[in-house]
Amino acid sequence: MKKIKPILLKVMTFLKSLLIKLAIPLLSIFFGFFAGAIIMLVSGNNPITGYAALFDGVFGDIYYFGETLRMMTPLIFSGIAVAFAFRTGLLNIGVEGQLIVGWLASVAVGVMFDLPFVIHLPLALLAGAVAGGLWGFIPGILKARLHVHEVIVTIMMNYVALHVSNHFIRNYMLASGQRTEFIPATASLSSDFLRGLTDFSRLHWGFLLAIFACVVMWFLLWKTRKGYELRAVGYNPNASSYAGMNVKTNIVLSMVVSGGFAGLGGAMEGLGTYGYAQILSSFTNLGFDGIAVALLGASTSIGIFLSAFLFGGLKIGAANMQASANVAPELVEIVIALIIFFVASSYLIRWVLNRLQSNREGK
Amino acid sequence: MDYVIEMINIRKEFPGIVANDEVTLQVKKGEIHALLGENGAGKSTLMNVLFGLYQPEKGEIKVRGKTVQITDPNVANDLGIGMVHQHFMLIDKFTVTENIILGNEPKTKYGNIDIRKAEKEVARISELYGLRVDPKAKVEDISVGMQQRVEILKTLYRGAEILIFDEPTAVLTPQEIKELMEIMKKLLQEGKSIILITHKLKEILSVCDRCTVIRRGRGIGTVNVSETNQNELASMMVGREISFVVEKEDAKPEDVVLKIEDLVVNDLRNVRAIDGLNLEVKAGEVLGIAGVDGNGQTELVEAIVGLQKASSGTITISGNETTNLSPRKVTESGIGHIPQDRHKHGLVLDFSVGENILLQTYYQHPYTKNGVLYYPKMYEKAKRLIEEYDVRTPNERTLARALSGGNQQKAIIAREVDRSPNLLIAAQPTRGLDVGAIEFIHRKIIEERDKGRAILLISFELDEVRNLSDRIAVIYEGKIVAVVDPKTTTEQELGILMAGGKLEKEGEPI
Repeated sequence: MKKIKPILLKVMTFLKSLLIKLAIPLLSIFFGFFAGAIIMLVSGNNPITGYAALFDGVFGDIYYFGETLRMMTPLIFSGIAVAFAFRTGLLNIGVEGQLIVGWLASVAVGVMFDLPFVIHLPLALLAGAVAGGLWGFIPGILKARLHVHEVIVTIMMNYVALHVSNHFIRNYMLASGQRTEFIPATASLSSDFLRGLTDFSRLHWGFLLAIFACVVMWFLLWKTRKGYELRAVGYNPNASSYAGMNVKTNIVLSMVVSGGFAGLGGAMEGLGTYGYAQILSSFTNLGFDGIAVALLGASTSIGIFLSAFLFGGLKIGAANMQASANVAPELVEIVIALIIFFVASSYLIRWVLNRLQSNREGK
Repeated sequence: MDYVIEMINIRKEFPGIVANDEVTLQVKKGEIHALLGENGAGKSTLMNVLFGLYQPEKGEIKVRGKTVQITDPNVANDLGIGMVHQHFMLIDKFTVTENIILGNEPKTKYGNIDIRKAEKEVARISELYGLRVDPKAKVEDISVGMQQRVEILKTLYRGAEILIFDEPTAVLTPQEIKELMEIMKKLLQEGKSIILITHKLKEILSVCDRCTVIRRGRGIGTVNVSETNQNELASMMVGREISFVVEKEDAKPEDVVLKIEDLVVNDLRNVRAIDGLNLEVKAGEVLGIAGVDGNGQTELVEAIVGLQKASSGTITISGNETTNLSPRKVTESGIGHIPQDRHKHGLVLDFSVGENILLQTYYQHPYTKNGVLYYPKMYEKAKRLIEEYDVRTPNERTLARALSGGNQQKAIIAREVDRSPNLLIAAQPTRGLDVGAIEFIHRKIIEERDKGRAILLISFELDEVRNLSDRIAVIYEGKIVAVVDPKTTTEQELGILMAGGKLEKEGEPI
């Protein structure tokens, strides 16, 4: 009995610290949904039926659940991209653009070559990662060499990516209407097995790659020498250079790896969901949503996975919410925005929590 | 009763610790009252209680004999209590006056800010107390010492009668400290009362009237400064005897380890900071660099460790030239370096203590294998050094941020000394630390010297340089102007050399 007590105490303190860590994201989600309910009430809908339809639109049918997992896949990659750069002290707002060039490059390799599956698919994925990495390299090198702020460059690179990609599709790869040819099966991520499992949703092997990517991110950052350096540079570049680390190289590397993850996110869409690249009239928003995913997930692997599931589910469930409860699907965007608002203003939540705690101690 | 402030039996708890326990502080009108204690003893907590930032669990606060409830800093302001924070709370882009009136702006009859009137008032107060602050200067353009005076002005502008100074000398140069002491005396003449939070005994002895000592959150007692001495105060503070003189035998210098020839370094603004500097440090000796801040000390250290490029000249360590090599190459050639600013350069505060201890060696075997970190070995090493160097931390996984300054410094010293470098550079190794930690660090430095390491010590505290060094090199405008024997050179003589003067007896080269 005596031996168990300290172990129990350790477990308790661990659980307590976990709860404190989870408190802010969970409360943010709760407040986000709560505010969404008020909006529904004001606009003349019943929030209970609305949310029930939303829930039903994710879990009610295995097809929709498969679609949710499919939707998650690029969000996980873009979330990882944002988080990875963030851990090195960089704000990569260019995930959107890196994702677009990754999408195009992977499809281009898919369409242009005729290779066996074992070479073709990896090569196409690699092309996506390389293109995204290149798109991250440019702001990285500008930051390291000339101290140009990465936020400005990455935002601008998004537009460049969008229009360059459209240019290439329009002039060199156009097959019919607004898109390229379909990629051959040798470059495709689509999986009859996963489709069959989920009542013929568009779920593809990329989902498993996304899970793997979460593990890779965790391993890279916390278990490798390079990851230790990247995090050190992110926290304190001065002390890092004192300790003999090359801060500039690490900044560039971080942006390249981040862009690489983003490019793979694009490849998920090009090789998995759609099987082609298309002329985009506006941004896909998958990259921008990555910022939200990383923020809610506190830039941790597990957090990113879970918040990608939440946001993916919201986006898929929105369709059913409109169909069976007649709630405009835009409500989901508002809820997402509010969740992010509450996470970003976590100071407020922390303040309320402290207040409650001190009140309790006062009594 | 002529107490202007009375804090009686104050108790303040935080989850898990009692920060103040039965602490009593009584300040007379018109005195400088020192609040002395080690880092983490509870001085700041007590002052934050007085300033209304914390509410005490027990105890009574009286201001001018009347019991008061200080529920927030505004109440403290209204009672005439002002705080000069250690970390200035100023807006760089604003002028002095704009900073001072912030939150308390005088208005013209049209409702906009009457900056003219404010400037006149600031100038008047500045004149009255001899602060010599330009009301129209931008804060980013004035020196740290001046910024501190702006903080003082801020409290005076709000009508403070009781001023709390939180470790005011930590950021100042010796000259600025002298001036601050004059300002304090001037404040007293004008009828103000001062509480001085510090752990520097010399300051207490030179300006304070009475001194209250806190140790580990408990009030130890109040003494009249005129009836006490350095040793008594120190043992009250630490709870044991402290030796101020570093005991050491004569150095037995051997081969030259660090040799610098005709070094020229330009600083970030491309101004020549090191201008043809020559220096030798031998194994088994401590060479102290004495000089006023800003004469090239920082650039000298950064050039040696590879963080700044030398435009010409050579640096040789143990016979190998290391001029303009990368910091890692220089480190690997046998340098240990305790940086001047431990938060900026010495530690990654959001890393654990263990990760910080491995900051110079993480990439080596056995901590890294094939690019993968091996944490058990890292923490095993960290644990051993934490024990050996008496770093007080709950464990090796605690964030470095959570440690006191002294323990952070011990962690850095553990990291740098344990690699057994041929040359140990110690820049301001005891800055901002309390006497217990200073004693430990001084002993460690002498220990390393006796093991045959070459030690290069840079410090703005003359006492420290004189105490530890076997030879003192005086730096002035980027050159070594004299190398003298600390035993035969007085503080005055050093002062003359540091100011660029010459000695009559000509410091014989040793």
